[in-house]
Amino acid sequence: MTLAITIPAEQPGETERWTLPEARSLEAVNAIVAAPLLERSSWRWRAWWIGFGISLVMTAAFLLTIFLVFYRGIGIWGVNSTVVWGLAIADYVWWIGIGNAGTLISSMLLLMRQKWRASTNRFAEAMTLFAATVAGIFPIIHLGRPIYFYWLTPYPNTMHVWPQWRSALIWDFWAILSYILFSILFWYVGLIPDFAAMRDRAQSRGPALFYGALALGWRGSWRQWQVYERLHLALACLGVPLVVSLHSVVGMDFAASLMPGWQETIFPPYFVVGAMYSGFAMVACLSALVRWGFRMEALITTAHFDVMAKVMLAAAIIMGLSYATEWFNAWYGGERADRSLVAFEFAGHYAPMFWALLLCNVVIPQAFWWPGIRRSVVAVFVICILINIGMWLERILIIWNTLSHDYLPSAWRIFLPTIWDWMVTFGSLGLFAMMFLIFVRVIPVVSMHEVRKLVAEGEPS
Amino acid sequence: MTRVLLAEFADQRRFVEAARRARDARYRMVDAYTPYPVEELSFAFDHGRSKIRLAMFIGGVLMAALAYGLEYYSGVIDYPYDSGGRPFDAWPAFMLVPFATGILLAAICGFATFLFEAGLPHLSHPLFAINTFARASQDRFLLAVEPPHEDDDRPAAAEMLAGLGAISVREVER
Repeated sequence: MTLAITIPAEQPGETERWTLPEARSLEAVNAIVAAPLLERSSWRWRAWWIGFGISLVMTAAFLLTIFLVFYRGIGIWGVNSTVVWGLAIADYVWWIGIGNAGTLISSMLLLMRQKWRASTNRFAEAMTLFAATVAGIFPIIHLGRPIYFYWLTPYPNTMHVWPQWRSALIWDFWAILSYILFSILFWYVGLIPDFAAMRDRAQSRGPALFYGALALGWRGSWRQWQVYERLHLALACLGVPLVVSLHSVVGMDFAASLMPGWQETIFPPYFVVGAMYSGFAMVACLSALVRWGFRMEALITTAHFDVMAKVMLAAAIIMGLSYATEWFNAWYGGERADRSLVAFEFAGHYAPMFWALLLCNVVIPQAFWWPGIRRSVVAVFVICILINIGMWLERILIIWNTLSHDYLPSAWRIFLPTIWDWMVTFGSLGLFAMMFLIFVRVIPVVSMHEVRKLVAEGEPS
Repeated sequence: MTRVLLAEFADQRRFVEAARRARDARYRMVDAYTPYPVEELSFAFDHGRSKIRLAMFIGGVLMAALAYGLEYYSGVIDYPYDSGGRPFDAWPAFMLVPFATGILLAAICGFATFLFEAGLPHLSHPLFAINTFARASQDRFLLAVEPPHEDDDRPAAAEMLAGLGAISVREVER
C-alpha cells in the first residue's frame, strides 16, 4: 500500500474530483472562503461562541493546573518514584504527533502533486502550529524546576556550564523550537496571497488595514509568483526531513534509554508513522468541523474524506505491524524483562487500556476498507475520534507499562492519575481549541489561491 | 514614470492568448498580475534568476556549522564532561541540533531573500489606486504591456487587446 494515490486517465479531472459544481469558478471560491470573515453580520456565530466559551473554561483549568504545578511541584500529579513520567509526557508525545500532520499534508503531498491538499492544508498547518505550541508547554512544566528551563539554551553564563548536548531533553528543545518557528514561516508564506485577496475584498477600513499590513503589499505579479513558488517548494522540501526528524527525536527520547520496551531501534520510524496517523485523524475531524461550520461542502468533499481514510487505513496497518514487531522481538530476543513486559501489557494492570488501544488503532480503522464508510463524513469523524483516543492510550501505555514493569521487580509500581493529571490533559485540549477557534475567525481557513488554481485547471480550454 | 497599457481579462485562456499575440507583435511585456501562478505565461516573461535556493543553502550550511562548532567548543574545549566514558565529541548525538537549526536558518534566509526579490514589503503602490487592480488578487488577469513605438500606437494597441477579449484596457503609470 503506498500513500500516493494515482488517478487513472479515464476518471474525471482533478477539479471535478475535489470540488462541487457550485465552487467551480474563481469568484465562487473567494466568496465561500472570505464570506465568514468579511460579512460577519450575516453569519450566525452561536456554535462558535459556545465552543469558545467551553474552550476558555478548559484553558482556565489548564492555567490553574500549571500555576499549582509551579507553586507546589509535580507531586500533585500521580507520578511516583518508579513511574517518573506521567500524563504530562504522554500528552506531550500525543500533541507533538498531531503537530506533525499539517506539515506532512502541506509538504509531502505538495511534493507528490496531490491536489486535494489545496482545501485542507491551511487549517492543517494551523493545527500543526497550535498542537506543537501546546506540546512545547509539557516538557517545561514537567521539569522539576521549571524556572531553570532557560538552562537548555547555550549562553555564556557565570556558572561556566553548558547544556549537555547528548541529552534527549536538549534534542527536544531544539527540535520543537526549530519546528515551531519553521511552521510559522511556512504557514505565513502560504498566507500572503490570501491576505492580499482579503485586503482587496474588505469593504471597511479596519479589515482592509489589518489584512493589508499582513499581505505586505502583495500584487500577484509575474515575478512575485515566480519567487513565491520557488520559496514554497524549497520550504516543502526542507519541511519533510524536519518533520520526520522531529518525531524521530521524540522516539529517541525513549529509545536512547536502557528500559525494556523502550530501547528499540524501531522507535523513530514507528513514532513518525504514529504521529502521521493521529495527525491525519485530527485533520479529518477538523475538516468535518470546518466543513460544517463554514458550509464548505463544495470545497471539502466526501472525496477528501475518502483519501484521508485511505491514508489512515495504511497507517493503521503499519501500526499493527509495528506492535507485532515489538512483541516478536521481545520473544525472539529472549530477554526476561522484555518478555515479561509484553505479558504485562496483555494481562497486567493496564491490560484493558491496552486492548482498547489495539481495538481503536488497528481493528476499528479496518472499516475503512469499505468505500461507503470512507465517504460518510459522520463515520470518518467517529472513527477518527476513536483513533485519537487510541493513539493517546498508546502514548500513555508506552510510558506506564515500561516504567511500572522494568528490570527490578521490587520497584514495580502502578501509576494512578490524580485530578490534576486530568485537568492538564483536558485543559490542553481547551487551549488548542481556543487557538483554533480564534484562527478560524481571523484567517481564511482554506488556501484560496491554491483552490483557484485547482478550479482553473478544470476550465475548458 | 513609464506609462503602460493595462488590459483586464476574465479568464486565463484569453489572457494567455493575448499575451502570446502581444509578444508576437513585439510589444514590450511589462508584467502580469494574476490571482494564482500561471505557468503558461513563461514564454512571455524572462525567468529571472533567483537566489532563494542559494541563500537557503548557504544559510543552512553556515548555521549547521556554527551549531556543531558550538557543541564542539562547549563539549570538548570549554566544558568537557566525562559521562560514563563517552567521547567528548559525540558526533552522532551532536547531529540533531545542527540539522534542526540549519533547516530553520535556511528557511529564514529563504524568506528574507523572497521578500527582497519580490520587492516586499511595499504597502503603498501606484497600482493599488486603480479600481480594477483589486480583482487581480481574486478573479481577474491583468496584462501590462507597452507598444513597440511610443506615440500613435496606443489607441490601436488598446483596440487590439480589446479584440482579444480584454474587458477593459487603460493606460496607467507604473
